[in-house]
Amino acid sequence: MSLPNTGWIAIVKRDCPTCELTVPVLAALREAVGLTVVTQDDPAFPENVPHDYDGALDISHGLKIEVVPTLLKRENGEEVARTYGWDKAEWEKLTGVSGLGEGLPEMRPGCGAKNVEPGILEELKVRHGETGLKSRKIGLGSAEDEIEALFDRGWSDGLPLVPPTEARVLRMLSGTARDPQEVIGRVPSDLAECTVEKVAINAVMAGCKPEYLPVVLSAVEAVLEEPFAMHGVLATTMYVGPVVVVNGPIRRAIGMNSKGNALGQGFRANATIGRALQLVIRNVGGGRPQEVDRATLGNPGKFTYCIAEDEEGSCWEPLATERGVPEGKSAVTVFAGYGLQGIVDQKSRTPESLAQSFAESLKALQHVKLYPGADALVVISPEHERTFREAGWSKAKLYEELYARTQVPAEQLMPGVGGIAEGTSAFAPGTMARKFRDGGLMIVRAGGGAGMFSGIIGGWSASGEKGSSPVTKEVKL
Amino acid sequence: MTTILDPTAERSVAARPRLARPESLEGLKVGLLDIAKARGDVFLDRVEQRLTERGLEVKRYAKPTNTRPAPTPLYQQIATEVDVVIEALSD
Repeated sequence: MSLPNTGWIAIVKRDCPTCELTVPVLAALREAVGLTVVTQDDPAFPENVPHDYDGALDISHGLKIEVVPTLLKRENGEEVARTYGWDKAEWEKLTGVSGLGEGLPEMRPGCGAKNVEPGILEELKVRHGETGLKSRKIGLGSAEDEIEALFDRGWSDGLPLVPPTEARVLRMLSGTARDPQEVIGRVPSDLAECTVEKVAINAVMAGCKPEYLPVVLSAVEAVLEEPFAMHGVLATTMYVGPVVVVNGPIRRAIGMNSKGNALGQGFRANATIGRALQLVIRNVGGGRPQEVDRATLGNPGKFTYCIAEDEEGSCWEPLATERGVPEGKSAVTVFAGYGLQGIVDQKSRTPESLAQSFAESLKALQHVKLYPGADALVVISPEHERTFREAGWSKAKLYEELYARTQVPAEQLMPGVGGIAEGTSAFAPGTMARKFRDGGLMIVRAGGGAGMFSGIIGGWSASGEKGSSPVTKEVKL
Repeated sequence: MTTILDPTAERSVAARPRLARPESLEGLKVGLLDIAKARGDVFLDRVEQRLTERGLEVKRYAKPTNTRPAPTPLYQQIATEVDVVIEALSD
C-alpha cells in the first residue's frame, strides 16, 4: 500500500461507531477528492468504499494515529492538516467539500485507534526500533527452547522464567512513570549499576504485572540503602534473605493477599514481587548461591518472601505508619529474615497470658541462650490480635511488654548452663539480659480469620548497626 | 527467532559474532589444518597444490589427535601466523 504524497487520507476501523457513521462521508469524499481510506481492523470495512487494509498497523503507526476516524491532508509528502472524530465543519474545512454528512450529527467523538491499544503499541515500537531500551539484545537460536535458554544462561532461581522480550519489558515499564535509564543504586556483590530498565527485565522474568513494578523498584531501592547491608545479607552463611512487607493502598490496588495463607503460595503479586527482588540480586548483582551467597542452609523465602499487612482488619497502626510513612501512602519495609517459627496458643484469653506465650517463643529465636538475639518480625493472626484488641492493648503496649518479658537473668545464659556449651557471659551476673535491641521487634497483622496461630520471622544475628537494619521506603508510582 | 533483553549487568559477553568471511583469498596467508583423521593429509596436499598454483602462501598444521580439541599453543600459533584456515574435517 502506498499513501498519496498529495491528497487526503482517512484512517478508520470497523469497531468504532463513529467510523461506521462516517461511511457515507467517506464515500462522498472518495468521489469528490479521491480520498484514500485505510482500515485498521476488518479488511471488508467500509463496504462499497474502495480502501486499503493496514492489518499490520505499520501505516497507522507511521502516521501516529491515536484516534479513529482521523482525516488528514498531505502535500508533497508532508502532513499539513489533521482532524479526528467526526466534526462536520472541520471535515468540510479540511477537504474544501461542503454539504458533507447529510442527516448526520454535527459532531461525534472518535474511538481509540487500534495501533495504540496496549499490547499492540509495544509490538509496533519494537518493530520500528523505537523502544528506547538500552539493554543488550540477545537473539535465541531458532532451535532453542525459550524457557530452557533462560535456564542455560544462568538467570533462573531454579524455576522457569518468563522470557524478557522487548515488548514485555516495554509493557512492564508502563507500570512506572520513572525514566527507564534512571540508576536506582548499585547492586552487590558486583556493585553493578541498576537501572529501572534492568529491574523491569527481571520483573518480567519473575512473572510480575506492570502495576507491581513500583513495589519492586521500592523494594530494590530499600535493600540497596546502606543500613540494610545487602552485601552482608547475601554473603552470610546464615539463613536470611530480604523479606518485603507492603503497606498502604497499593496492596489492595494490585491484589496482594494479606488474609488466609498470607505467607504462603497462590497469590501472584506476593509471589512475583519477592521473586523479582531476588532475581535483581542474582542477575544484576551477581549474587548466586555457592558463590558470593554463602548460606549454609538458606531458606525457602529466598525464592520469594513478600507479605502484605491486613491493615483494614487491624486495630493497630500499620508497620509503615509506625515507621514514619504518612497514612494513605504506600511503602515497603525490607527486613533480613528467614523462615517461620509458629506461636501456637489456643488457650490464652488475657493479653498478659498471650504476651507471655509470644515472649517465651521469641526467647527461643535462634537459640534460647543467644542474647542479644537477632531482630524479629512478628506476624500476628486476627484471632490473637482480637485478644489484645478486646483488652485495649495498643501496639506500643505490646512492644513494651514483649521487650520486657523476653529478658532473662544473665546467669541462665552462661556457657555450660543447662548442659549446653553455647551461651554468653557478656551480661554481668545479677543483671537482666535483653533478647531484643530497641527497634529490633516489628509487628504486622495478617492471616486468615480462623486459627490462633501467629508467627515469628527470625532475623540475622548481625542485626542493627553491626549488620542489617530494616529499611522502609515509600512507593513511588 | 525470539529476541530477549539481557537481565544482567552485562559484564560478560552474550555471544561473539564470527568474523566475516573474506571476499577473496588475494593477499591472505592460508593455513591448512590436518586434524589427524585418515586421508586428511591427502586432501590437504591437493588443496595446498591448488592454492600455491594461485600464488598464495600456505602453511601446514596438524593436530596430534582427532579425539581432543587442538592444544592451546597450536591454535594460538595458527591465529598469529595466518589469516584464514582450511580444516580437513573427516575421513
